[in-house]
Amino acid sequence: MKSKLYRKDVFWGYAFIAPLLLGLLVFLLVPLLSSVYISMSSYDLANKPVFKGLANFEQLVKDPIFWKSIVNSLYASLGVPLGMLLALIVALMLNKPDIRGKGFFRMLFFMPTICSAVAVTFMWKWVLNDDFGLINQVLKMMKIKGPNWFSESLAMPSMIMMGVWGGMGISLLLYLSALYNVPRVYYEAAKVDGAGPLRQFFSITLPGISPVTFYILVTGLIGALQDFTRFQIMTDGGPNYATTTTVLYIYNNAFQYADMGYACAMGWALGVIIAVVTIANFVMSRRWVYYD
Amino acid sequence: MTGENTLRRTAFSHSPRPRAVLFNFIIYLLLALSAVVMLVPFLWVLSSSFKDTASIFLIPPQWIPKQWHFENYWNVLTGSNLIRGFCNTVIIIIPPIFVGMLSSSLAGYSFARLQFPGKNVIFAATLCTMMVPGVITLIPSFIMFSFYGWVNSWKPLIIPGMFGAVTTMFFLRQYFMTLPKELEEAAMIDGMSRPKIFVSIILPLSKPAIVTQIVLSLNGAYNDYMGPLLYINDINKQTLQQVLAGFQGTYLTQWGYLMAGSVLALLPTMLIFALAQRYFVEGIALTGLKV
Repeated sequence: MKSKLYRKDVFWGYAFIAPLLLGLLVFLLVPLLSSVYISMSSYDLANKPVFKGLANFEQLVKDPIFWKSIVNSLYASLGVPLGMLLALIVALMLNKPDIRGKGFFRMLFFMPTICSAVAVTFMWKWVLNDDFGLINQVLKMMKIKGPNWFSESLAMPSMIMMGVWGGMGISLLLYLSALYNVPRVYYEAAKVDGAGPLRQFFSITLPGISPVTFYILVTGLIGALQDFTRFQIMTDGGPNYATTTTVLYIYNNAFQYADMGYACAMGWALGVIIAVVTIANFVMSRRWVYYD
Repeated sequence: MTGENTLRRTAFSHSPRPRAVLFNFIIYLLLALSAVVMLVPFLWVLSSSFKDTASIFLIPPQWIPKQWHFENYWNVLTGSNLIRGFCNTVIIIIPPIFVGMLSSSLAGYSFARLQFPGKNVIFAATLCTMMVPGVITLIPSFIMFSFYGWVNSWKPLIIPGMFGAVTTMFFLRQYFMTLPKELEEAAMIDGMSRPKIFVSIILPLSKPAIVTQIVLSLNGAYNDYMGPLLYINDINKQTLQQVLAGFQGTYLTQWGYLMAGSVLALLPTMLIFALAQRYFVEGIALTGLKV
């Protein structure tokens, strides 16, 4: 009886996972493996791919715009720690028991997260417009001449500013639930031992929420290093490649220059850089992340 | 005398100390300031969507339009592909979300409850696929779909999603693990088959988790821009986000139209958020999944 049930379970066990596994096989594994070959070929979609070994990777190493795009993507990902810091400050303020309106502020910060990147980018086109944009009008009221936010040196900081505004919601949400989960007894014990608020923050709160900090940092960096939509719509990489992220450069190579092989090779290169950043995060996390 | 003293002391400790009041005042001030920063861009888009181009450029800005130009909305709705884009988006996102949810939840249930050889290895391998950055498969997927002849059709946006997503599967599996086993065991003794148990016991019990996942993926799919950008060129097949992005070219100087289009595109999102805020918040607090 039992073995019959078990045999049935084995059948349904495999049957239930079959669709998901089939999807992974066809839509993930096949492209993943074929991209190894394509990244070593010259391929324009119209003609058959021609194998050329590591030539694409040699080209990539010598391509100054590729390296510029990597630097840009790393630069843009500075927005991640910046946004985390601001989100933590807001979360700490909202976490004070006598502060009201927690739900309202949480909703407010979260709103951009659910909005389409296209609409939010249009919004920020106005915020940053140099003639009549919001920021420059506020500066004008203070008798300051606002800069051109899309000049070569300011375009990336502008994009970071926009990214922080749009991305704080998730970090705030995660920090609020993390702060809530730090056991109260620790603070009570610290008070008995005479620890002040600052000491409590650095010795209890920060270590207590460090797993969440680590989580946001790792996932945030993986996402930021692959940012595309808002850059394509806001600046399309300009001026003078100042905001060309790697994914944007890959997109342009594939769909404007029809250089699929080179685009694939760059995809792998960025994948390796993301892996290195992630592994570095995990290695360093041993020094500052505390699990109970 | 002692009594009076205690009385005074309690009275004193109950009224907040001035320093604490000042501290809270500063906190509220900072929060109010940040609220303004978060809200103003939204309010300006809303206000500009009712203005003609001349009054959008007025300095200082006119927050409440002197003249309401409802025709921005009318012109955008009748003069562009926005409605068509919206319908296309709806058609594209419904099958992957509902069929995909079934695939993900079946797999999640199997990994949570059923016993079969190789389960742990397969489960670990499945989770590993979450670590592959999307950028690696971006171009090869496009090549594969063009090989199938799927480019410039909705198939690449619909079909892969119908097989489910690993993140959703994982989220649901974690939820299924928390359900009591007794119900299933009783049903098994009654001779109920696994598919029947899944449909009549597991799914109803998991409604909050499934709704959370539906809301999150609905929002993500509705806002997706890169997928349609890669695969769809035909103007009549474009999704809402593509049509909206195209406004940049067609309505280059007509900010009123651009803003009216943005408001219209944001409306469904805002509506879903207003109705299902709880699910967004819980879904993300539980898993930290990106929307």
